[in-house]
Amino acid sequence: MMQIRPILAALRHHKAGTLLIALQIALTLAIVCNALFIIHQRLTHLSQPTGIDEDSLLIVQNQWAGRPAPAEVPSLLAADLDTLRKIPGVTNAYPSNTFPLSNGGIAYGIGHSPDKLKFTSDTAIYFTDENTLPTLGLKLVAGRNFRADEIGEAAGLDKIAPAVIIITHELADRLFPDGSAVGKMAYISNQPSIIIGVVERLQTPYVDSAMAQWSACSTLVPFRHLVDSTAYVVRVQPGQMADVASHVRAALYAANRMRVISAKDGVQTFAQVRATAYASDRGMAILMGAISVVLLAITAAGIVGLTSFWVGQRRKQIGVRRALGATQHDILSYFLTENLLIGFAGVVIGGVLALGLNLWLMNQFEVERLEPGYVIAGVIALLLLGQGAVLAPALRASHVPPVEATRSV
Amino acid sequence: MISYYLKLGLRSLRRNPILTTLMVLAIGVGVASSMTTYAVFRAVSGNPLPEKSAQLFAPQIDIWGPQSRAQGRELPDSLSYTDAMALMRDHKAKRQTAIYPVGFNAIPSDVSSEPFAVRGYAAYADFFPMFNVPFIYGGGWNASQDEARAAVVVISDQLNQQLFGGANSVGRMVHLDNHDYQVIGVTADWNPRPRFYDLNNSSGFTDAPDFFLPFNQAVGTQTETMGDNNCYGSAGRNPGFDGWLQSDCVWVSYWVELSDAAAAQAYNNYLQAYAAEQNRAGRFHWPANVTLRNLTQWMDYEHVVPPETRISLLLSLGFLLVCLVNTIGLMLAKFMRRAGEIGVRRALGASRREIWAQFLAEAAMVGVSGGLVGVVFTGIGVYGIGLIFEPDIARLAHVSAYLVGLTLLCALIATLGAAFYPTWRASRVQPAWQLKSN
Repeated sequence: MMQIRPILAALRHHKAGTLLIALQIALTLAIVCNALFIIHQRLTHLSQPTGIDEDSLLIVQNQWAGRPAPAEVPSLLAADLDTLRKIPGVTNAYPSNTFPLSNGGIAYGIGHSPDKLKFTSDTAIYFTDENTLPTLGLKLVAGRNFRADEIGEAAGLDKIAPAVIIITHELADRLFPDGSAVGKMAYISNQPSIIIGVVERLQTPYVDSAMAQWSACSTLVPFRHLVDSTAYVVRVQPGQMADVASHVRAALYAANRMRVISAKDGVQTFAQVRATAYASDRGMAILMGAISVVLLAITAAGIVGLTSFWVGQRRKQIGVRRALGATQHDILSYFLTENLLIGFAGVVIGGVLALGLNLWLMNQFEVERLEPGYVIAGVIALLLLGQGAVLAPALRASHVPPVEATRSV
Repeated sequence: MISYYLKLGLRSLRRNPILTTLMVLAIGVGVASSMTTYAVFRAVSGNPLPEKSAQLFAPQIDIWGPQSRAQGRELPDSLSYTDAMALMRDHKAKRQTAIYPVGFNAIPSDVSSEPFAVRGYAAYADFFPMFNVPFIYGGGWNASQDEARAAVVVISDQLNQQLFGGANSVGRMVHLDNHDYQVIGVTADWNPRPRFYDLNNSSGFTDAPDFFLPFNQAVGTQTETMGDNNCYGSAGRNPGFDGWLQSDCVWVSYWVELSDAAAAQAYNNYLQAYAAEQNRAGRFHWPANVTLRNLTQWMDYEHVVPPETRISLLLSLGFLLVCLVNTIGLMLAKFMRRAGEIGVRRALGASRREIWAQFLAEAAMVGVSGGLVGVVFTGIGVYGIGLIFEPDIARLAHVSAYLVGLTLLCALIATLGAAFYPTWRASRVQPAWQLKSN
């Protein structure tokens, strides 16, 4: 450390190089911190649990051709459920308007008043029946499941006013912060519905950040939706997924061909649903990761290049110092300390830039405030990177023989 | 002389292969990441209808009042059926159309073929001339067919291929779910991106619509929207389709064509007067609040460029900046290492200017090589872009002559910019110092 003064004196002769390395470290820190933070944010978003047993679920999206009248739909649905249950490997199934991560569906306000302008929370509405809980593998934490005789019917533009509903734990907490929700009333229409059960978790169909505030607030209503398009949620035995997925479309067409199940994405395993829903989050994480890795590599390479040049330039001086009694270790630590000093200057500027960039991103996009841990981790990483990068040229410098001092002066 | 310098430059690049590779790769990677993300940005932010974008406007009407915004709702970007029909009846613009997305299943007359899903829009006759829709056969319907709820349909080139093998199908019948429609026109391949007239329902980058049919006909057959249907405080709405039509739910897109600023101002005044009239009639309990945005303003308002695209572009540009700082440092090292050589040349009579030109030529070689590497990386980037952006958006980015040219140009300009300081330093080398120490 006693070398700091001579190092600073020497650096004054290499203003441009010093400045460039410091600037590069600063910019790298600013970008990498924010990139890593964006990765963290995206990964948090895409690893949210849906609360359902994803591995054993298959989604079949069906549309009836010829626009059957609402009165005809129940028998069509019943026939399809029958067909589905007969496919080997299928253990259960139910028809619904939508499913988690589908990005489409119905959302209502739910609250304590028939006046719909005074709602407590937004909530996604799932059309379900008595088979929904076992099919999805939802965990009932209080109350009971729907009974078969409670399942009603609702045509496309009918009012959804169920007598009984099941809600998620998160929603129950919002509606009744101090007590059990089971047996109490809540309004999703202008008529009250009695909460008969609470499930641990069920994510809404929406992954959009604008609806993230209530992503765990779902309501199950005991209705068959009498419309043209239906999503069948099918539970499959372990190991049979590929088999069922390849047969289900043909089986349904064989039973009734006045329908459309898209050959492209009409049948999807839940893993595919998840991949599609979070494609842009995953893409951002990949891009930010790639940028960070390449950026760190380039900065390291830049430090190696410039330091090598300095070592080459100073061979004579190093030889003189060695001849005057400096050890190899002294030379090594000289270059390491020099790099550390430049690195410090770089990370100080870089830390400020990182926070500035984050503020600007917060202002322009839906990016959260940068957690200080990311800046600290980035600072440590860049200082270590700098030391690592400078090691090879510094070692080469330390091997300059003292005899160099006697040459060509 | 320049060609000699370029040759020297090329030779010098080969002298320090590692340093040179590093510089070339840094520039190549930096330029490629910027160009790849820029290609996507350009594709999504382009003007879909440049010849008319200044004359097309979308109105908004505050139907839910200030209370809805206190509860986190925005001013709706669609109209209610009631308001849309009132605006259509008043007919104050040069052209106007209400639009909503609909979906059917096409049932082929050939019984052995399976039905398939088709998506399109219900609109008014003005839709086609307003948006310059090109036709290969026939044309759009007219206003009296709108009034008469004619069962006619305009189909896309693609649907025409699928149903009629590409023949002139005008006059033929198409069976969509439980109704028959007579083909009145076949559009050429037409899919403006982003689909400005449907941004309130979609991201704007989906496949071309399959068909268009008269709005009144679609409503008459009780066809629900395939797009968003936003209701607010609608617990009091009557059940059924008519109840929905009469409700304050918003789901109708509305576009008007206005020839100039004066017409736009007049239309804005008309909208104000309309909303004020609703207030007087007791329907709205708040002062008139309307907006009228033209096409490009509407695209901004609807945030048509996904935030991912913009953040990617910005961070890629930051990345390029770091690559350039890196290049400045490496070039400085490379050039100053040859201080002795410069000293000799200066002593032999080369001017500072000539030294400067020589090193700039060398930098240009780095730039060109970086550009070529950048083109390869951009190609890989555009090819792999599906990993990063959503498929609908990723497929819009192509490697074009424009992109290749831009990549090369960008690499060259960036490198020459980066070379400014190192070459200046090289040209300032003092010959006496260098000669003395050798």
